[in-house]
Amino acid sequence: MSIAMPSLKVETGSKASSLALFVAFAVLALGLAAPFLVSRSTVQDLFFILTMLVLAQSWNLLAGYAGLISVGQQVFVGFGAYAMFGAVILLGVDPLPAILIAGVLSMLLAIPTAFFTFRLYGPYFAIGTWVVAEVVRLLFAQWKALGGGTGTSLPREAVRDMAGVSLLRDLFGMKPAEASDAITYWLALILAAATIGFIYRLLRSKQGLGLAAVRDNEQAARAVGVDARRMKALVYLATAFLTGLAGALIYVQKARISPDAAFSVTDWTAYVIFIVVIGGIGTIEGPILGVVLFFLLQNLMADYGSWYLLMLGLSGILVMLFAPRGLWGAFSDRTGIQLFPVRRKLTGGPSIHQGGFHG
Amino acid sequence: MTALLETRGLTAFYGDFQALFGVDITIAEGETIAIIGANGAGKTTLMRAISGVLRSDPETILCRGEAIGALAAPDILARGIAMVPEGRRLFPSLTVEENLLVGAYGKRRGAWTLGGIYDLLPILKERRNTPATALSGGQQQMVAIGRALMANPDVLLCDEISLGLAPVVVRDIYAAFPRIRASGAAIVIVEQDIGQALKVADQVYCMMEGRVTLSGRPEELSRDDIHAAYFGAPSHEHA
Amino acid sequence: MNMLDTIVQGVLLGGLYALFAAGLSLVFGIMRLVNLAHGDLIVLAAFLLLVLVSTLGLNPFLAALIVAPVMFALGYALQEVLFNRTLGKDVLPPLLVTFGLSIVIQNGLLEGFSADSRRISAGPLETASMGLGPVTVGLMPLMALLSAVAVVVGLNLLIYRTALGRAFRATSDDTVTAGLMGIRPRKIFAVATGLAMVVVTIAALYLGTRANFDPTAGPARLIYAFEAVIIGGLGSLWGTLAGGVILGVAQTVGASINPEWQILSGHLAFLAVLLIKPRGLFPRAVD
Repeated sequence: MSIAMPSLKVETGSKASSLALFVAFAVLALGLAAPFLVSRSTVQDLFFILTMLVLAQSWNLLAGYAGLISVGQQVFVGFGAYAMFGAVILLGVDPLPAILIAGVLSMLLAIPTAFFTFRLYGPYFAIGTWVVAEVVRLLFAQWKALGGGTGTSLPREAVRDMAGVSLLRDLFGMKPAEASDAITYWLALILAAATIGFIYRLLRSKQGLGLAAVRDNEQAARAVGVDARRMKALVYLATAFLTGLAGALIYVQKARISPDAAFSVTDWTAYVIFIVVIGGIGTIEGPILGVVLFFLLQNLMADYGSWYLLMLGLSGILVMLFAPRGLWGAFSDRTGIQLFPVRRKLTGGPSIHQGGFHG
Repeated sequence: MTALLETRGLTAFYGDFQALFGVDITIAEGETIAIIGANGAGKTTLMRAISGVLRSDPETILCRGEAIGALAAPDILARGIAMVPEGRRLFPSLTVEENLLVGAYGKRRGAWTLGGIYDLLPILKERRNTPATALSGGQQQMVAIGRALMANPDVLLCDEISLGLAPVVVRDIYAAFPRIRASGAAIVIVEQDIGQALKVADQVYCMMEGRVTLSGRPEELSRDDIHAAYFGAPSHEHA
Repeated sequence: MNMLDTIVQGVLLGGLYALFAAGLSLVFGIMRLVNLAHGDLIVLAAFLLLVLVSTLGLNPFLAALIVAPVMFALGYALQEVLFNRTLGKDVLPPLLVTFGLSIVIQNGLLEGFSADSRRISAGPLETASMGLGPVTVGLMPLMALLSAVAVVVGLNLLIYRTALGRAFRATSDDTVTAGLMGIRPRKIFAVATGLAMVVVTIAALYLGTRANFDPTAGPARLIYAFEAVIIGGLGSLWGTLAGGVILGVAQTVGASINPEWQILSGHLAFLAVLLIKPRGLFPRAVD
């Protein structure tokens, strides 16, 4: 088929996106100043939102872009958290470098877990990741030096003397608890911004194009030379790193760990899945919208306990059935607005009708 | 008299692509018609539309005067229209006999039973317990025909049954058709093999690019007419 | 001697796991759907049994006769209303919808029955046991294993000897062509899920009378069921039974070394099979 294509241009940018870039920097600047502007409990709320956002963006990259639907990402939250605890308690490392160590170790853990779970296809991959998370949880429950099944706490002085706390105290007169909250908050902000930046750049890169091809049609992608397995494995490792960092960071702030809490499928995977699905899977904006909605709903319905989760489950089902690309997807389809444009648009050419030919 | 089966201005789309542009075809009780045309002429699309695999506007397909265009495949079958799909589409998990039995799932009573099919196509009886897809292509085609007959159809749609088969095998398969006709079923044969089609059909329709370009009784149609309808240009040299 | 007892108890436990798994295996075989709410549906059925047994004083087996058709109807309806809408090339919608359903059932049960552990009373049967050669086996665990065998035999007869079973297999092969045979795939799927829920009721009967359960017990049952299916190999119900037995034996052997290792050794056996034979020990399906 030969069609003359006058001045075709591939674009991934949009007007909304340059505005979004400006707004993003403004929000980031405002975010950095937050500990000086708002109360400590608000800083803690923001910390919660940002860490959930990191988990949600990671899961979205994994499931929404690489097609790897994991129900076992809690393994990296828990492992990252325990690695950080181990480094602090057993090796006497400062909590901040311990977070980085935890991220790296989580990525290393992803190598053997991928070895097992990548043998399973589609739905079986999902439950396989869950089994792996259970195995790791049960193993940590056996590790008596870190409290076994009942868990343990970070030594009070480890958090109080954490790098940067004394600096903040000297500069701004913050109390140690206030200062450590501010530090973990800033780290969460940086981590969230870096995660979004990383995913955005990845999706706009050549690798991102390969990833989209794999998601749309793995066989076809392979036929044109995209190494689907390698792409998926790289995404899996990257999300393990990000999720491990987030897990360690969350538990520096919590300062108390137990296997059941750190490897909780509800807290670290179910919530995250609903955030992404309701917000909009396969978009960068979706998890951002989802995490804000999630936080508001959680505060509104804090007194209703299991009704809250029940409603979240129902919303997830309804969105999946009637708006499979989530609230952001529905909004974006209707308005054409994309803040993080990663889908490629052809401009300037004639409209081309597509369709199969079936004799 | 209302026709047994009729299409009136039938159109079909795959997404934005239009595959049929107002096709009119009429089949009377017990009649055999052939639809010929090159690859991509819309023959298979026509079969898919009639059999309910593709849904159409209700009034564009009529069965004994009833509008059936929008019905699903099982409802079309219930009205006595069975299909031998292109590429046979046997069920690989089922044996030969199970494939035949599954054809009777719709429970239409009539002359065709398992015994009748084995009588018509004895090789299938020999191989009744073999997985259906382990048979040769010709035998698989026989299973597909037998499977459709098990529904005791009033109209049997046969889509490209000689495709990819050796001429001698095709002859064996067509040898069964007189007895199928004798059972009273109307037959629609979709063929690229024009010679075979002209031999068995009472009426021939030639399709090109989603339209019927020629129709008539085989003895009325000249070779040049068919060639023109088939390829879109009059023939000057013909092998 | 002691080891023999451990293995026999493991085999019996495996019967229960095979019951957890048979419904999952059936549904996957027919429509390639993995229902993440499978374990929660087992627990839901156990609570329905509990209500009948504790409020009406019914015998649990009689209660199962009442709950089974209710669960069949629930399965049929879930398939018609929810799952059928999610079937297609994309694996994401069915997984996320059944995951949502799992959360809904768990939290619905928490609201209705609180987080307390419950148990279905089976009267004197609970403690009854019999000598089987050199080992003593409990009557209920033995019945669970026999029920598992009966379920596998029954389902195999249904699948390989009846018109409905042919329709199951034909639909599993090719839904479009099945439609040309007069088969309505959505109805077939609904019947299959309904049948799976009947098996789930039998599983719930033995789960509830054997040990305590609570509204959050579902996910662990799903995982055992899944492990039994994968160990046995996709597409074979006998394989699923064998998978359940292997899982049960691995757990009791692990527990005999250290009680804390019971669950862990089951998981490790599963991972070992995945490592050595990723398609399971007795694979049948080609996909």
